[in-house]
Amino acid sequence: MIWGEILGLTRDHKVTYGVGMTDDDRVFKALADSTRRFLLDRLFERDGRTLTELEAKLEMTRFGVMKHLRVLEEAGLVVARRSGREKLHFLNPVPIRLIHDRWIDKYTERRVSALAELKTELEEEMA
Amino acid sequence: MTSTRETTVTTQVYRVHIKATPEAIWDAITKPEWTDKYGYGGRAEFDLRPGGAYRGLASESMRSAGAPEVAVDGEVVEADPPRKLVTTWRMVMDSEMASEGFTRLTWEIEEGQGGVTKLTVIHDLEGAPKLAALVSGEMEDMGAGGGWSWVLSDLKTLLETGKPLEG
Repeated sequence: MIWGEILGLTRDHKVTYGVGMTDDDRVFKALADSTRRFLLDRLFERDGRTLTELEAKLEMTRFGVMKHLRVLEEAGLVVARRSGREKLHFLNPVPIRLIHDRWIDKYTERRVSALAELKTELEEEMA
Repeated sequence: MTSTRETTVTTQVYRVHIKATPEAIWDAITKPEWTDKYGYGGRAEFDLRPGGAYRGLASESMRSAGAPEVAVDGEVVEADPPRKLVTTWRMVMDSEMASEGFTRLTWEIEEGQGGVTKLTVIHDLEGAPKLAALVSGEMEDMGAGGGWSWVLSDLKTLLETGKPLEG
């Protein structure tokens, strides 16, 4: 999977659950769909919604919305919790944060090593 | 508007999967030598029984920047190691957030398959919009840290690699 290489992820960062699919694979797959991004946007506007609320603005069957929510839940981007008789859906930003933090780490590392190289070069020039 | 209750809006839920035992995660949440190593840092003091006191002390770097000794205070509501911890939770470092009063924080730890444990944080922030903004990470650009998702990301990194994100 190329994203792993682009993100510069090391093996021990990945936790595999299913066969050949990593956490990150599930997140990117879940985000690669406009309906699912729309559902996440609705939860960002207001969290803790029921299926009935979530399907209200979509021209899609209840079953279709459920299928999309399941993909989001499997990716960890949505967490469903019971509250009395209702099942409420919450946006979980942690999987995106994990990817973000690894990017920042990688870039910081690269920037630091670029500076270290520059320093070495300058010192060599001065010598 | 229909019958949507206010409480559904003021609860924030965060979940992360960590390759660590439930006991290791419990320790990382409740033991001061661990809480100092990730997220906002600072030592936590828990009296782990219902009604027991909870204090989250400001980290050394926060204190050298002028923070008071205690950053967060509260009371233990339920302690069921290594599965569930419920406390009240009030940010006292900021006077406006302190005046919003106590919120309720729940940590749920569930053992999964293959040595992976599911950690869920549920923060009930009713009546605390300022604290809600802080813990959601909205104030990160102001130097207030990235809230719970940042804390959990850092905790995962620490437990899985032995090192926190920065440093």
